[in-house]
Amino acid sequence: MLENISLSIQGIWNHKLRSLLTMLGIIIGIASIIAIVSTIKGTNEQIKEQLIGAGNNVVTVQLSQSGYPYEMQYNGIPEGVPVLTEEDRIHLAGLEGAQEAALYTERTYVDGLVYAGDIGFSGALRGVDQHYFDVNGYQIYLGRDFTQQDYDRYQKVAILDQNTAESLFAGQNPLGQVLEIDTEPFTVIGVVSLSSSYEPNISNYEEYATFVGFDSGSVYIPSNLWPLVCQYDEPQKVDIQAVTTDDMTSVGKESADYINAKLSVKEDSDLSYSSSDIMERAEQLQQLANATNQQLIWIASISLLVGGIGVMNIMLVTVTERTREIGLKKALGARKGRILWQFLTEAAVLTSLGGVIGVLAGIGMAQIVSRVAGSPTAISGPAILVAVLFSMLIGILFGLMPAVKASNLDPINALRRE
Amino acid sequence: MILELRDICKDYMRGKMVVPVLKDIDLTVSEGEYIAIMGPSGSGKTTLMNLIGCLDRPTSGTRILRGEDLAGMDDNRMADLRNREIGFVFQNAELLPGLSAVENVALPLVYRGIKKTQRREMAKAMLERVGLGDRLEFKPNQLSGGQCQRVAIARAMVGSPSLLLADEPTGALDTQSGQQVMELFRQLNEEGVTIIMITHAPEVACCAKKTYLIRDGQIQIGGQR
Ligand SMILES: Nc1ncnc2c1ncn2[C@@H]1O[C@H](COP(=O)(O)OP(=O)(O)O)[C@@H](O)[C@H]1O
Ligand SMILES: [Mg+2]
Repeated sequence: MLENISLSIQGIWNHKLRSLLTMLGIIIGIASIIAIVSTIKGTNEQIKEQLIGAGNNVVTVQLSQSGYPYEMQYNGIPEGVPVLTEEDRIHLAGLEGAQEAALYTERTYVDGLVYAGDIGFSGALRGVDQHYFDVNGYQIYLGRDFTQQDYDRYQKVAILDQNTAESLFAGQNPLGQVLEIDTEPFTVIGVVSLSSSYEPNISNYEEYATFVGFDSGSVYIPSNLWPLVCQYDEPQKVDIQAVTTDDMTSVGKESADYINAKLSVKEDSDLSYSSSDIMERAEQLQQLANATNQQLIWIASISLLVGGIGVMNIMLVTVTERTREIGLKKALGARKGRILWQFLTEAAVLTSLGGVIGVLAGIGMAQIVSRVAGSPTAISGPAILVAVLFSMLIGILFGLMPAVKASNLDPINALRRE
Repeated sequence: MILELRDICKDYMRGKMVVPVLKDIDLTVSEGEYIAIMGPSGSGKTTLMNLIGCLDRPTSGTRILRGEDLAGMDDNRMADLRNREIGFVFQNAELLPGLSAVENVALPLVYRGIKKTQRREMAKAMLERVGLGDRLEFKPNQLSGGQCQRVAIARAMVGSPSLLLADEPTGALDTQSGQQVMELFRQLNEEGVTIIMITHAPEVACCAKKTYLIRDGQIQIGGQR
């Protein structure tokens, strides 16, 4: 077998030009497919990165009704939604693919609830646990974080994000200032900012809004003070940090399942927890991009088919040319099967080589496309393997007929001289 | 007895016509014999050699090679039998142009499943035996016609067959190389190799110990020494 292969390679080398021309169809087909696949993969990864930003991989799991988030500023306390405990949080953080989890309650938009002196604040108000900043990639920029003591002693303290600190206390030191939240005085103890590793670099997708929502600013208070300014037993949200971007979807689903199992809501209420997962949106965008590219793959496959027919044609010529060789080998005692294998190997080696060259050319093409058109590319290992195996398969498939023809040659006729 | 042919007939179809080429051929060849088969061109000499060499099947009749009846053997067994029992020498040496002299000689051993290094050893020894020990790596186009034919003889002999079949082995050679080749056959026969040689040249046939003549599809004894 190995000898057959090395003999085939030698044969290919002896007819360099012809072999190259024969392989051309395969080379072009494989190269285009590899280039397309690389571009698809590159685009996908770009979409993922742009939407999610490098690093944080946070999935939000929240209560929704009939597919829309259940917002407390417009709704009453729903029946049958339990309060999630620290144990639940630990369970969720321990899910496979999850890294950390944070529980919080939230009004995504409050107006006329929070004042700094005369200035009203309109933005998000959140009652957060001690993991929230960590999970969401915030770091303390000024002052300090909430401590266990703050929670234990029900301290009326608040943390602002940078935008809010700017807009409420322009030019002044925000630390030590007092916010009035539902007439209760809260002392500002810190300002948070996004850590540099978590800069979502989205610019052109509607999802931008999700993040820009933060721009109007947020005020954070300890979660156990929430009832003081809003209500008891409001449904909580969970932010779960996944280990990798690819884990986000499954972690989100599992978390939602876990919480839903605890619900005892009325059947017709249509209330359930679900993950508002950026990954899902990203996948939808990716599918859109893939669909067009997949059509290109079909076109490239036609080139492979043409390449295969070219291989068959050349192999038939080769068999005719080498009639004497085949006849002689049979006369010397070569069995049919051996001749068959010899030609099948030759065809398969030829097309596999074409496949390898095609892969290299395809990577080159992808590189050029990405330079010229500025679209990203990513080389896909499995695609390369499949491409080479597939070109080998083409060789075997289209080499079969010529090989059978060779193996059936009658040595007497083959050796008869004209 | 190495070979026994009884009532061998061979017909060819030419269009819709049946053309009998060989009619009721009887022939026995024993161990160590050296026979020549003569006859005019087109008389069926090559046809007979193909039948003896297990390359073809007769229309009727019995062939027994080394005690084995060849009737009803399948293609694979015939191939194995050719590989083990028959050494062919054709008019044109029929060497593979891409292979060196040793590789050409070693070719039959490939089909016997012998390992590469051992094949090479055996081929080398055989090439030395035919006087080409210094031409091992030469390609056929670097060798003369007579040398090529000697490589072909080495290839026929490398597997120690029971029977050496030569179809006009000197037909394409000049007189001097022809004589060298004939001398080689004579030596091989003296060492005990059984040889059937086909020729239409009387001066070649006279080297053999026994001569047959094919005419009108029938075989007759021509002469004996
Ligand atoms: N495959 C074949 N089909 C039809 N006729 C054939 C075939 N092979 C040989 N013949 C005919 O059989 C006769 C004997 O041929 P051959 O054995 O080659 O003669 P020789 O070797 O004695 O010159 C010739 O007339 C030839 O034309
Ligand atoms: Mg002849």
